[in-house]
Amino acid sequence: MLRVSLFATCLGDQFFAESVADCVRLLRSLDVDVSFPAGQTCCGQPAWNAGYREEALAMARHTVRVFEGSAPVVLPSGSCAAMLRVFYPQLAEREQDGFTQLAQRTFELSEFLVKVLGVTTLGDGLRGMRVAYHHGCHALRELGVEKEPTALLAAAGAEVVPWIADRECCGFGGTFAVKHPSVSAAMADRKLDTLPSPDCLTSADGGCLLQLAGRSRLRGMSVTVRPLASLLWQARQASLSRPGA
Amino acid sequence: MSVEARAYGSRALAILRDTPAMRDSVTAGALTLDSARRVGYASVDIESWRRWAEQVKNHVLTHLDRYLLQAEDRLRANGASVHWADTPADAAGIVSDLARRHGVRTVVKGKSMLSEEVGVNASLEAMGIDVYETDLGEYIIQLLGEMPSHIIAPAIHRGLDDVRALFHERLDTPRDAAPEVLAAAARRVLRGAFLAADMGITGVNFLVAETGTLALVENEGNIRLTTTMPRVHVALVGIEKLLPRFDDLATFLQLISRAATGQAIGTFVSLIQGPRTAVDVDGPDEVHVVLVDGGRSALLADPEAWEALRCLRCGACLNACPVFRQTGGHAYGWAYSGPIGAILAPALLGMEEGGALPFASTLCGACVEACPVRIPIPRLLHSWRDRLADARLTSRGERIGMKGYARVMTNPRLYRLASLLLRRLPGPVRGGRVTPVLKHWTAWRGALEPSTRPFHELWRDGIT
Repeated sequence: MLRVSLFATCLGDQFFAESVADCVRLLRSLDVDVSFPAGQTCCGQPAWNAGYREEALAMARHTVRVFEGSAPVVLPSGSCAAMLRVFYPQLAEREQDGFTQLAQRTFELSEFLVKVLGVTTLGDGLRGMRVAYHHGCHALRELGVEKEPTALLAAAGAEVVPWIADRECCGFGGTFAVKHPSVSAAMADRKLDTLPSPDCLTSADGGCLLQLAGRSRLRGMSVTVRPLASLLWQARQASLSRPGA
Repeated sequence: MSVEARAYGSRALAILRDTPAMRDSVTAGALTLDSARRVGYASVDIESWRRWAEQVKNHVLTHLDRYLLQAEDRLRANGASVHWADTPADAAGIVSDLARRHGVRTVVKGKSMLSEEVGVNASLEAMGIDVYETDLGEYIIQLLGEMPSHIIAPAIHRGLDDVRALFHERLDTPRDAAPEVLAAAARRVLRGAFLAADMGITGVNFLVAETGTLALVENEGNIRLTTTMPRVHVALVGIEKLLPRFDDLATFLQLISRAATGQAIGTFVSLIQGPRTAVDVDGPDEVHVVLVDGGRSALLADPEAWEALRCLRCGACLNACPVFRQTGGHAYGWAYSGPIGAILAPALLGMEEGGALPFASTLCGACVEACPVRIPIPRLLHSWRDRLADARLTSRGERIGMKGYARVMTNPRLYRLASLLLRRLPGPVRGGRVTPVLKHWTAWRGALEPSTRPFHELWRDGIT
């Protein structure tokens, strides 16, 4: 049985707890043995992006220690996965070994399913659902996770709706969201104003979803926002519970 | 030029709050240019072009001393005069001296971002000289008394109705004039200016070291007139504009056109080889080339940030940037806006004045594929952020906050305590009415709503 270490990420732990639980359910249903290293906290990306290298390095060292070993590390977040895989090696100067070793076994959930487990379809639990997929910038441009999420959604019967702004940044950007909230909100509004009224809006990134959900609620829009892990579990669950499936 | 790059945040807020139509104009204009750029890139082997262009610019920049002297040599051999300006103020002084020496009363200009950086118009106008911007967009913003809001589309933040109202007031066109009528009205004024002008001032897109050729690309023909009709032509050239060989132009002229507007090549390409000779029917009596440093050689010596000097000033990164598209260039408070402006500002304006701009980005990376010379813009933005934080040019509150954040996140017990506290915060705190950082979140997105229980507690109790 394949073992993985789950990195819930601080946003997942605090704001999307049920969705991280769905991620565990999904992986277990695929015969993956999931462990949850207890000391995990935050990958440190907000400090890294804001220029606080020393603080980011402290959090990176902590994370490298917590995830010591050889098991793949799976994150239900493209941005945090990009931090571990792409930015940790840039951050480390003298501790290359631990940092790059972790980088090489880090995966965003959907890419782990497709590239490591070789999953092409999880089930058909999303039949008839119209889903808009927001490409988080780091998942898309740093990790190159582009087709995996939408392929899994489509294979589960969802209609992934065309959305002209699906690859545009939502305006979250870590500290950018609080440094320049007016610009950040205008960016989210551009996303929401072009959204073709789907049944739900999803993404592999919690930060983007907090931003888009918060902004749509504040503007009185009725957009259902659900993390990718929960939708993928729903895709799987329906097939599991069906007798004979 | 007045520089207000420090005030990015408040200017951006004011633009979005007070002039919502500006956002619509900028978004529409930039998205149009961005899709044109994608089409322009798609019909050639753009990756090979970009890699080649990157290498050529890297080569010329790493041997810039040699190429600058070669260019000076060839320019002089062609009959042009060469002036060296260490600072933008020196460049403005050189242009003013030339205007004085030639008894200039009217100047026509081709659109040039370097002339904005240098502040040429203000110093000439202070001498009582009439200065006409002859690019239509630039002419519009000159009439409005504004700065360009985009590197190649200076009036991108203005809509047709703005121009109708402006031209009705200033040029007496009908209130509902068609775009052609507006263009014709501008043309009438500018034609007079071309005929009267004693001096034409332009930038350049490229200066070829091998032949001393000044290359300019445009779509309106105004640069062709500016460089041929007045008796004196002054070209302002940033020292990074060099290309080694004449043959390099073949690809660079196409590349810059595709990047800027998606065109295979600009409508007019002028290759200027010096003043009028005995066999020429037109052209200026004198050509003066002002080579401007303005902080560029210091940037070239910067091992982290020098790659910004490859920039061709095509504006492609602005069009690709979702942050730029919300406000346009005025929020950035100086000549260069968008991603390229944000990585040039701390270098050319200094870290104190320009330090706000590297933070005017979400590091989304959309600019990376747009840049024709593959400048790693997000990495350079990040490098400036590192340095700004190290130099303590970020706020004290942020520095303390980051220390506290790292303290909590490197101690799992503190993290779990913080997790408990987050769920016990009184409503007003969670709604952002107490802590300032939270307020910047909640005022624009509503109160924070953590999960009822954090995941680590769900895990402890067992996931079923």
